[in-house]
Amino acid sequence: MTLAFAAPLLLWALIVLPVLWFLLRAVPPAPIRRRFPGVALLLGLTDEDAQADKTPWWLMLLRMAAIALLILGFAGPVLNPTPHATSAKPLLILFDGGWAEAPDWARRVAQAAELTESASRDGRAVAVLRLTDKAGEITFQTADAVAGRIQTLQPQPWFPDYAAWRDQLAIGDFDSYWLSDGVDHPGRADLLADLSTHGGVTVFQTPHPLIALKPAGFADGAVQITALRLESKTSAEAEVLAKGPDPSGTVRELAKGKLTFAAGQAEARLALILPPELRNRITRFELAGQRHAGAVSLTDDSLKRRKVAIVAEGGDREGLQLLSPAHYLRQALAPMAELIEGGVTDVLPAAPDVIILADVARLTEAETKGLIDWTDKGGLLLRFAGPRLAASDISRTEEDPLMPVRLREGGRTVGGAMSWDDPKTLAPFPEGSPFHGLQVPPDVTVTSQVLAQPDPDLAARTVAALADGTPLVTRKVVGQGQVVLFHVTANANWSSLPLSGLFVRMLERLAVSTRPALPELADLAGQIWVPERLLDGYGQEIRADQVAGVAGEALARALQDGPGATLPPGLYAGAERRVALNALGAKTVLQPQVWPDGTRIEGPTGLVEQSLKGPVLGLALILLCLDILAALYLSGRFWRGAALLVALAFMPVGQGDLRAQGLDDKAILATEGVVLAYVETGDPSVDAVSKAGLTGLSDQLWSRTAVEPLAPIAVNLDADELAFFPFLYWPVIADAPLPSSAAYAKLNRFLRTGGMILFDTRDGDIAGAGGASPEAQALQRLASGLDIPPLEPIAEDHVLTRSFYLLQEFPGRFAGGALWVEAPPPDAALAEGMPFRNLNDGVTPVVIGSGDWASAWAVDENGMAMFPVGRGNAGELQREYAFRFGVNLIMYVLTGNYKSDQVHVPALLERLGN
Amino acid sequence: MTASTDLRASAEALGATLPPLLAEAERLAATVLLGEHGRRRSGTGDDFWQYRPAHPGDAMRAIDWRRSARSDSHFVREREWQAAQSVMLWVDPSRSMAYAGSRDRPTKGERARLITLALAVLLLRGGERVGLADQGAPRSGRAQLLRLAEALGLTASASDYGTPAEDGLVSHGRAVFASDFLGDLAGVEAALARAADRGVKGVMLQVLDPAEEEFPFDGRTVFVSMGGSLSHETQQAGDLRTRYLARLAERRARLADLARLSGWLFHTHHTGQPAQAALLWAYRALEGGR
Repeated sequence: MTLAFAAPLLLWALIVLPVLWFLLRAVPPAPIRRRFPGVALLLGLTDEDAQADKTPWWLMLLRMAAIALLILGFAGPVLNPTPHATSAKPLLILFDGGWAEAPDWARRVAQAAELTESASRDGRAVAVLRLTDKAGEITFQTADAVAGRIQTLQPQPWFPDYAAWRDQLAIGDFDSYWLSDGVDHPGRADLLADLSTHGGVTVFQTPHPLIALKPAGFADGAVQITALRLESKTSAEAEVLAKGPDPSGTVRELAKGKLTFAAGQAEARLALILPPELRNRITRFELAGQRHAGAVSLTDDSLKRRKVAIVAEGGDREGLQLLSPAHYLRQALAPMAELIEGGVTDVLPAAPDVIILADVARLTEAETKGLIDWTDKGGLLLRFAGPRLAASDISRTEEDPLMPVRLREGGRTVGGAMSWDDPKTLAPFPEGSPFHGLQVPPDVTVTSQVLAQPDPDLAARTVAALADGTPLVTRKVVGQGQVVLFHVTANANWSSLPLSGLFVRMLERLAVSTRPALPELADLAGQIWVPERLLDGYGQEIRADQVAGVAGEALARALQDGPGATLPPGLYAGAERRVALNALGAKTVLQPQVWPDGTRIEGPTGLVEQSLKGPVLGLALILLCLDILAALYLSGRFWRGAALLVALAFMPVGQGDLRAQGLDDKAILATEGVVLAYVETGDPSVDAVSKAGLTGLSDQLWSRTAVEPLAPIAVNLDADELAFFPFLYWPVIADAPLPSSAAYAKLNRFLRTGGMILFDTRDGDIAGAGGASPEAQALQRLASGLDIPPLEPIAEDHVLTRSFYLLQEFPGRFAGGALWVEAPPPDAALAEGMPFRNLNDGVTPVVIGSGDWASAWAVDENGMAMFPVGRGNAGELQREYAFRFGVNLIMYVLTGNYKSDQVHVPALLERLGN
Repeated sequence: MTASTDLRASAEALGATLPPLLAEAERLAATVLLGEHGRRRSGTGDDFWQYRPAHPGDAMRAIDWRRSARSDSHFVREREWQAAQSVMLWVDPSRSMAYAGSRDRPTKGERARLITLALAVLLLRGGERVGLADQGAPRSGRAQLLRLAEALGLTASASDYGTPAEDGLVSHGRAVFASDFLGDLAGVEAALARAADRGVKGVMLQVLDPAEEEFPFDGRTVFVSMGGSLSHETQQAGDLRTRYLARLAERRARLADLARLSGWLFHTHHTGQPAQAALLWAYRALEGGR
């Protein structure tokens, strides 16, 4: 901790202090002149302590200290001053710019900004590089021009590429300031050497416990999570959170586990055993408390375990395992999928992703129907041919709904003992086939198969064919799902396909199974992968609408080596599957950077340059105030002075007037015309909708009726006077705080004196009348303090149904909810000759409903509806009825029950002599 | 503008303040309800005392015919004797009486004038003759009250401390001296001696401000008398307190001694206290000494 002065010369003024000492000491405090008749009695009395006519020593000390502090303060003391290098060369500021810097990015930017500022003082040109950017020309600019740009820099979610930047450095002499992330990236030493040839290099590095997640894998029935860390001396723990959507679609924490790094170990592993339902939901793992892209590991299909049901006939034959078609499927799928076996009706309730019918020809009516329904909803039905299928009549003359093609009778056999043909090999997979890109091994041969009838759409349905062009795999789309038929058996009887690795890959490509390990080049090649979501440097997901797709080969490379500028981390979608590219590649290692000896390394000292001028001057001021008190004390006027000081200190600042002024303004606004008001809930979005809704209703009233309301006003129940408003719209939110008792008193007065409140729970009456939706409970809480008469669902003859429009339903954004109004007196009788009862006075003080009317009424600045209501024309009709309800309601509020007076029309006409 | 018009203008300005002073004095006097105070024997007076049978030598016009007609003998209507006393009032007009230790207390002079005027109200109501010691002969009647009020308001002296004016005292009369008695005691002694020579008895009312009684001062102070003729500087006013209080007590003891020797009564009144107490004491003192 060091101290320096901005104006050290001013400290010479401290010499004056002794002089002041003598001056002050010679001048005692001035006496008070006091008129006092009793002076006659005082004549001749002498002071006991004759020394007091000099200033007491403690007062002197106080004053000296105050003056010394003043001098010190104006000399500008600075704690921990930053030594300013005096170089005239331009300054190159380099950010590594990778995600490893994200945790303390703000500090780095501040450091760079400070450097820029000091360079600006020295008149040096500055250039700022982010080494994660694509290499480009380096231009030095004035420090002021750069300063604004520094603040906008953000870390990138990949590591810097030093090699590219080395070529750009031939730009004369400059000093470098390198904000390093402390991770050893390849090529750093070379770049450092290059920089050193141009001028001095200073490295800024902050020690922070960087922990990063490698892509999560699946092995041994558990999710395997591997984390790396940079600093590995001591043991450490980190918490891993698995996040994903819950059944309602909200992203929440689904599981968590603890990673433990042993001392000296840079790697920690965690095996999370999760039920498949939960595991399939996980979209990302992240480290709690780490805010950078490396702490996030997006998951892709490799974690998802599909549920596959295998239905095979003849499974009851003993000892013929190797002949059973299910055996090969089981072997291929068991490591990568959850398997279910059984009959069709047994497996359907388990809602499998895939059902494999291995040579199953006959299906009952119920099974067929169940399978069709299931494929319509997205199921993948995979069928294998076989002797039974070949012998059956299924899909012979007419295409079976559960078969992609019609089959010829019998099928064919090639390359057998009785034929003169060679077994057929597979043709390369055509473009557009899900298998495109897979290598076809030459030893895969087909000896028997079922043949498809040459239908017009056979070519389109063929996804794999033999070398002679006969279809080997066909598929068709059924609803949201598909039916795929392998024209060979699932065992090795008809072909050697089930014995080859290609079989497994083909199943993978069909998303029947997923591969637990990282995808390899062969898996990804030949497809274009389009990013769905991307990560930023802080590990937050951003949308990737405008990013072009990448080739599978590049993606495969990045999966191993880590992402780069052209291939940012994120979730990439191919034809049938998705691949997550994370900030850490499979081969990425985190090594702390070791700088060569002699490198100038700065770190955050924790000591920020801090000007002490203010505190010192403040202290001096306090001492001077104390001096005033002391002087008052010496002159015997302490108490009066102290009282004055206390009075000054507690003098209220004139805020009350301002507030009163604001209230007056509001009162004037509210009384200039009819104003619809809404109650502020404290939730800005709800309040905005209320305002927009009442604006829309006001517009409609203006255009349709003689009511011409002004702009709606927000009402704060505690602060505002309610008496000016005829009508309050009160949207009830679930966590609405209770109004104060004063506000309740105000509300009750408002209700008793003819005001009306429309309570809107905005939940579409989802829980039924008086139900327990959170809003309804909030409404019960709110209304318990209000003076509300007994309510009933609105009756058919209520005045609200005819106060302007004739209405029988009152939809808002939701239709069909009950509307509650004050119950009529029990003795209300049907008026003679009128379709409604004799209900005279008593405008209901509250209307309670759940239609979310404000949303239906809401208009934006252009007068366009803010929210959709319903669908199409019916929705617009509903909106129109919502407006009519609003108009009726306001008419009812403003005119009361005068429409009820229609009951007297016959009597009036009679009196008039008609 | 001539001196006389000047005087008149100031007199009128002062006179405007008189009715309130008088009213206040009357209100104060009204709180002292002592009832009629006759001499309990017949004599000249206004109030009926008794009927007595007529003696030889009674004047014919002394006979009360109405009473006599109700019986066979003659009766004389006697009135209660109401011998009027002359009470001379002296309120210290000096500038030291203009002191008030606090803004919410009246000055000593105001309080002294209020008490004496209220006393005058009581006395005049009782039929006594009241006058100011330096303002000529005592008179009775309500008109005298107005004159007294006017004179009390006008009197002001340029000197710092006052000396009782014993010139106007009526022999064997009564006297009231109201002052702070902080000046030279020699004048008081002389006045009391002269008054005792003339057979005048009375009361000395010392009116003091609580500040003078407590000496609540501290720090470096220059004390100046109200007129500015005396001053005293001290570094530590607080140190003087005990000695000042001792001197004050000594002075009060001396005044009490003086009063006792000449048959007077002495009382100290503080402006911080209500005036009734002092008025009651003064009235009782005047009455009891009779």
